[in-house]
Amino acid sequence: MTIAWYLAVSALIFAIGAGGVLVRRNPLVVLLCLELMLNAANLALIGFSKMWGNADGQIFALIVMVVAACEVTVGLGVIVAMHRHRLPVDVDAMRELQG
Amino acid sequence: MSATTDAWLVLAMPLAGMLIIALGFKKLPGRSAGWIGTVAIAASFIFALDALIKLQALAPSHRELSSTLWSIANTVGVNANATLLVDPLSVFMICVVAGVSMLIHLYSVSYLKGDEGYARFFAYLNFFVFSMLLLVLAGNFVLLIVGWAFVGAASYLLISFWYRRTTATRAGIKAFVINVVGDVGLVLGTFFIFRSSHTLDLLATFHAAPHVFAKGSGNITAGCLLLLVGAFAKSAQIPLHTWLPDAMEGPTPVSALIHAATMVTAGVYLIARMHPLFQLAPAAETVGAIGGAVTLLVAGTIGLAAVDIKRVIAYSTMSQIGYMIMGVSVGAYSAGLFHLMTHAFFKALLFMGAGSLIGAMGGNQSLDRMSGFRRALPFTFACFIIGGLALSAVPPFSGFFSKDDILAQIGSRGGWYWALYVAGYLGALLTSLYTFRMIFRAFLGDPCPEASELIEHGHLFHPAQPTNPANGEVEDTEVGFPGPDHVIAERARAMQLAMGLLALLAVLGGVVGIPKTTTWLEKFLAPTFANSTLHLNPSNTLVYVGLVLGTVIGLLGIAIAWFVWVARPGLAPAVAKRLRFLDRLFENKWYFDELIDAVVVRPAAWFGRFAQGTFERLFVNGTLIGGTTAVVRAGSAAVRSAESGFVRYYAALLVVGLTAVGLYFLIQS
Amino acid sequence: MSYIVFFIAALGTLAGAIGVITLKDPFYSVLALVVHLISLAVLFLLLRAEFVAAAQVVVYAGAVMVLYVFVVSYVGGESLKGTTGPGRAGTLGAFACAGALAIELFIAVLGSGLKAIGTGGAHVAAGFGNPEQIGTLFLTRFLAPFEIASFLLLLAAVGAVTLARRRGGLEDGVEDRPTISAVDFLRPRPYYTGTQHETLGNAETLTATQAVERQERPT
Repeated sequence: MTIAWYLAVSALIFAIGAGGVLVRRNPLVVLLCLELMLNAANLALIGFSKMWGNADGQIFALIVMVVAACEVTVGLGVIVAMHRHRLPVDVDAMRELQG
Repeated sequence: MSATTDAWLVLAMPLAGMLIIALGFKKLPGRSAGWIGTVAIAASFIFALDALIKLQALAPSHRELSSTLWSIANTVGVNANATLLVDPLSVFMICVVAGVSMLIHLYSVSYLKGDEGYARFFAYLNFFVFSMLLLVLAGNFVLLIVGWAFVGAASYLLISFWYRRTTATRAGIKAFVINVVGDVGLVLGTFFIFRSSHTLDLLATFHAAPHVFAKGSGNITAGCLLLLVGAFAKSAQIPLHTWLPDAMEGPTPVSALIHAATMVTAGVYLIARMHPLFQLAPAAETVGAIGGAVTLLVAGTIGLAAVDIKRVIAYSTMSQIGYMIMGVSVGAYSAGLFHLMTHAFFKALLFMGAGSLIGAMGGNQSLDRMSGFRRALPFTFACFIIGGLALSAVPPFSGFFSKDDILAQIGSRGGWYWALYVAGYLGALLTSLYTFRMIFRAFLGDPCPEASELIEHGHLFHPAQPTNPANGEVEDTEVGFPGPDHVIAERARAMQLAMGLLALLAVLGGVVGIPKTTTWLEKFLAPTFANSTLHLNPSNTLVYVGLVLGTVIGLLGIAIAWFVWVARPGLAPAVAKRLRFLDRLFENKWYFDELIDAVVVRPAAWFGRFAQGTFERLFVNGTLIGGTTAVVRAGSAAVRSAESGFVRYYAALLVVGLTAVGLYFLIQS
Repeated sequence: MSYIVFFIAALGTLAGAIGVITLKDPFYSVLALVVHLISLAVLFLLLRAEFVAAAQVVVYAGAVMVLYVFVVSYVGGESLKGTTGPGRAGTLGAFACAGALAIELFIAVLGSGLKAIGTGGAHVAAGFGNPEQIGTLFLTRFLAPFEIASFLLLLAAVGAVTLARRRGGLEDGVEDRPTISAVDFLRPRPYYTGTQHETLGNAETLTATQAVERQERPT
């Protein structure tokens, strides 16, 4: 398979992830969709790494994975705190930024 | 020390006095503020005398000295320097001003004792003397205007000296507002003159005037008429005179100094100083002369009906200034200034005496309540008699020579000026009438309770509750109101000294200008008026006839006053009832206050209310401010709707933005 | 052979992705993501990234998803009560945005002049993408990102502990602290505090003393 196929898959996953972020109301699912987008980026990176023939892309992908893991940790911590304070776990209810 | 150095020191002394008192009044013990003020003016007077001597040592054609200390501003064709003009006229004025001020300071040291605002009074008084000296010594229009404005400010501060009295503060505001009208006239007049002459220096303007202005042209007439507005406002001539009687709310030394001897004579000084310009504008001269004549008659009639003793003297001042204005407008410069000097003497004396009388009355100023003080206040009575005789132009007192000098010179111009001549002598009759009405009512007759208390028990009347004599409001004696002490001349050495010196001057002051015999004053002032195109030389006949006429009229007035107010006490009220219209007219001061109220004050107040209530509310606040803020608010509301708080909305914007950026780069490549 | 593997893995990836965004229950979404991740690992293998594939399975699908499972079990996916979601229009709009994004990416990738993507990629040596090579790169060329990444992990750990910590002794009423809303700014302020409301002539005209009295003795 040419690299183009992998890039096409990556683009599709990215778009699906973006759509999911915009559509879902549960913040957990929104975070999952963010993961989707990150993974799509990872795939693209690995594809290009194969294209150029050096492993820099794979290193980048590993770092992205580390970042994703950290972000998930903190994001889930926030959601747990929200739940703990009996706030509604719903992105539409969090409107403090209004105004 | 040259004459110009003396002039700068003359200015510096009262300024130093004011600063020392104003900055150090908390540390100055007791009444030293008063002595510091008096000494400062005394030093100023000494320097003024020295300037006189130094000036006379120069040749007559070299007696116009100009001294510039620094340049205030030199821009856009306007060159304003700090210049003093030392010539016979200004030296004459500073001698008179400094001398009379010195005596009034001396008087005030005793008169105001016990007042909580003692130091403030002397600071203000020194500031006033500084301003007046600046005005008369000014060598260009800028310093003249500055001195003019400062004198107005000092007058306001001193009239409302007892600032917790509403009548005093209102009077102060009235005086200041009318003076500002005059200031505007002065400044505009200066502008008109400057526009053609392109110089602010007085001597330069006078030299350039005949070349730049055609006699009787519109420019110079407008300029001089505007200067006349300023002179009329400052000298309380009709129609800008309504502030002077109200200015009697100030303490009596203030009335003596500002509203008799010095500030109100500033208009006379202005016309005399600007005589080269006025002689190029005959229309302005005519207006001045007629204004002076009208004032002297109207003020004389009001003085006949006034009940407050200080207001009688105030109207007398207005009337006498009318003589002076008439004199200098017609061309009798030295005569007008001679009368200025003698009037300063006897009017200040009268006011000082009135102060003593009011002290004996415990603050009350009404002639209706005063009588029979002759035995209670002998010294004051003597001073009143001397002052009254001088005012009524009875020989050999000083007022006789000066007033008749003016009238003789007016008569010598012939033509329609005879009307002014007749008006002048009519005014003289009125003068002696109201003067001796005042003296006979206050001093002769049965002693009133306050007088009998003084005669029998020898102690001054003190009212149980201090009240405002004008409207009877109850006061106290803390700062802002008069102090608890009432002083009479008989018991205060300083007052006796001041009044005695003034009485001496009132008697002997005429000796410098006895017509056809000693013309010292005229010769002294000649260098200033050398460039005058009018040389009035009344014939001997006219002069002697005038002297005799003046004596007769003066004595006639005294005789009538004796007859009406002493011999037949019931006659005055009966005549007042018969001539009810005239009586009411005079009592209401010819309704000038009501006229100005209707013509000027009410429209202005209406305009102010309209501007605030309607214009400002609807247009400025509603449309301009409200409109601008509404536009901004609407805009921000529109923008604010983008901040919905929905996280997903923001995410969507992110995605859209990202797409757009990508699209841009795609298209670019 | 690799074509088949590719298509199966690609389908798995896409199915997982679509499952994540469409499944109602968040738990099922997590499971769909796990499927997606494993398929993605297969794709990585096809691209000769063995270590990354292993890391994906072990770290991502193994650790991160387990964390997700825990949290979803704790928080739950209770149905969101009351308020409605974006509605039909919102969903369509979102998919339109996403679609636009996808199309744009396709155009960017496929329409670009990059010829190399038409190939299967460069020929790589046998040891390409194995742990030895990755390790060498991490410790030589990419040492700085490696260290910073570890620091980032520390930050995340500290952050997570801080967020989830149960604070002892929370004072009462902290949840009931009133939030300031825009309504507070619409209520009129006391007299003579200089509001624009007054300037526009809407306030009652009181004298200063009346205003002071009014505030001292509220009516």
